[in-house]
Amino acid sequence: MRLLNRSAGRISRHRRGPLAGVVVLLLGLLMTGGLYAAFSPASADETASSAEQVAKGRELFLVSCSFCHGQNGEGIKTQNGNQLGPSLVGVGAAAVDFQVGTGRMPLTQPGAQAPRKPEVFDDSEVAALAAYVASLGPGPAVPEESDYSLEGMSDEERQAAITRGGQIFLTNCTACHNFEGSGGAMPRGGHAPKIRGVEPKYIYEALLTGPQNMPNFSNGNLSPDEKRDVIAYLGSLDEMPSYGGFGLGGLGPVPEGLAAWLVGIGLCVGAAVWIAAHTTRSTKKKVDA
Amino acid sequence: MSTPPTPHDGHDGHEDPNLPERDDLYANPGLPEHHWRPTDVDPRMEKRAERQVATLFGLSAICTVLFVVSYFTVGADDTVAGLGAQNLTLGLTLAGALLFIGLGIIQWARKLMADVELVEERHAVASPEEDRAVTLAALNQGIEESGIARRPLVRNSLLGAVGLVGVTAIVPLWDLGPSNAKVTKEQPYPGAGLEHTIWDKGMRVVRDVVGTPIRPGDLQIGDLVNAEPEGLFNGGPDGEPLEGLALQVGKSKGAVVVVRMEPDDIIPGDGRENWSVDGIVCYSKICTHVGCPISLYERTTHHLLCPCHQSTFDLADSARVVFGPAARPLPQLPLAVDSEGYLVAQSDFTEPVGPSYWERG
Repeated sequence: MRLLNRSAGRISRHRRGPLAGVVVLLLGLLMTGGLYAAFSPASADETASSAEQVAKGRELFLVSCSFCHGQNGEGIKTQNGNQLGPSLVGVGAAAVDFQVGTGRMPLTQPGAQAPRKPEVFDDSEVAALAAYVASLGPGPAVPEESDYSLEGMSDEERQAAITRGGQIFLTNCTACHNFEGSGGAMPRGGHAPKIRGVEPKYIYEALLTGPQNMPNFSNGNLSPDEKRDVIAYLGSLDEMPSYGGFGLGGLGPVPEGLAAWLVGIGLCVGAAVWIAAHTTRSTKKKVDA
Repeated sequence: MSTPPTPHDGHDGHEDPNLPERDDLYANPGLPEHHWRPTDVDPRMEKRAERQVATLFGLSAICTVLFVVSYFTVGADDTVAGLGAQNLTLGLTLAGALLFIGLGIIQWARKLMADVELVEERHAVASPEEDRAVTLAALNQGIEESGIARRPLVRNSLLGAVGLVGVTAIVPLWDLGPSNAKVTKEQPYPGAGLEHTIWDKGMRVVRDVVGTPIRPGDLQIGDLVNAEPEGLFNGGPDGEPLEGLALQVGKSKGAVVVVRMEPDDIIPGDGRENWSVDGIVCYSKICTHVGCPISLYERTTHHLLCPCHQSTFDLADSARVVFGPAARPLPQLPLAVDSEGYLVAQSDFTEPVGPSYWERG
């Protein structure tokens, strides 16, 4: 306050009004309160004991997951030896964050594959479930944003990362996920989902944990930097305009052939019909001039 | 064998006495009365159609002008709604310029050009008798004058020469595999190149693209690595990476997939008990059907699927073919660990990689 009042006695053009101190005080209070409101939930989460998180997660787990995964996440086999739900011991928080965060779990019906759908749990519930499952056995943790962000790189480094990511992507990912990341069919009714426009965190987690039938690309297999580069490459695909015209989903010759047959040949047939169609006829007779 | 049933003599060849004789029954009604188009009888409609046609031609002209304008004004890097602007504008304006000319002409023909009905009688398909006689006479005269029937030496040498020309299409096939046909120091007998790859005892298995070696501890259960022989990265003279043909040949035959699964899931083949390291197995990536590179791997079933013709291999069971047209399993690369703890090959593949060929089943 000494700083504010220093000029109070001086006669000056910049003399403060009598309410200046009060306004500053109010502003200060507002800022403190605002900052507290903005940051307190996060810090509260961080400081909340992991035991509380795990307990909350276990409650959610018992209600929503234990039917298939067992009351202690040990997995359940059906009578004929098939797996109802796999064991979750050691799958780690990353697997939970991916499966529940993208809405794949809880599964609503059995099928060839769990599709992405609207999420059932909010972020704090996902975090609690992840904490509980992580407590069952050591597994990969949820990646930080710094793991997959190109922040702080020069343009050249960024370009190099995208190029390297493209080569890694074309070698390891395109077989199933298509050269543009548009996805593709897999045996027995399964499919490799489209991975364009998917949040970087979930791509990273999928690489890390290998959801469903996908093989994993653990950090020993594909280093965190290489994962980051693959994600950067996928992001660069989104930014690249399609100079050649409509990509038709980037799925290759099937949609292109379909468009050629339905649209192209359809237009030709329409034109032929129009050319050969009867024109309007009049009942009037021609008057000879 | 029973004799086929004889067809009954039905109506064939018999005139039905109940049917009337057709020619006398109905008079030929001729063509119906001609109805004119509105544009033929109404001058206002005629003017209107004229204006329509002219408008279509005018639109075409506008498109052509726009084509020229966009050629000079739209930059190669410009985009419209995520599409390349130059391609889009040039394509649309050129399409419009051509399409409107076509539409105008058709509209012109439908509304304004002569409106008469024509009856075109169909003529006989066969040529007239005299034309056929003249043609045959000319052919016979040619045969006679050339003497092809009288001079067997000329005829036969011509046939021989024409037949021999086919050799030019066959001989270049020899070059399809110069390295496979020639006997060299590296290849003691023809075709040996098909049976061997650059894999060798102690050669490290490295990751594709980045070329880093792999420790068994790097991999978790369910991991898939698309890998290559280290020789691609240090096999040249002075340990340089291979280049050119040597690189392409080495890569096309040496590419492998490395997967780690539960060791208990593996059913080792006869004599392959020590070919895996802690559940890590390595197979040729080249499909044995027609040689597509395959890496569509399903971790829960251990199946590797070829995208070309859906051949499916069970990597837990010596890459047995479980589905599709492939005739034999993928060759397995026997794995070991070197003194520095990296995955290496125990030897080259013990059977040829890639599509089966005539000397193999």
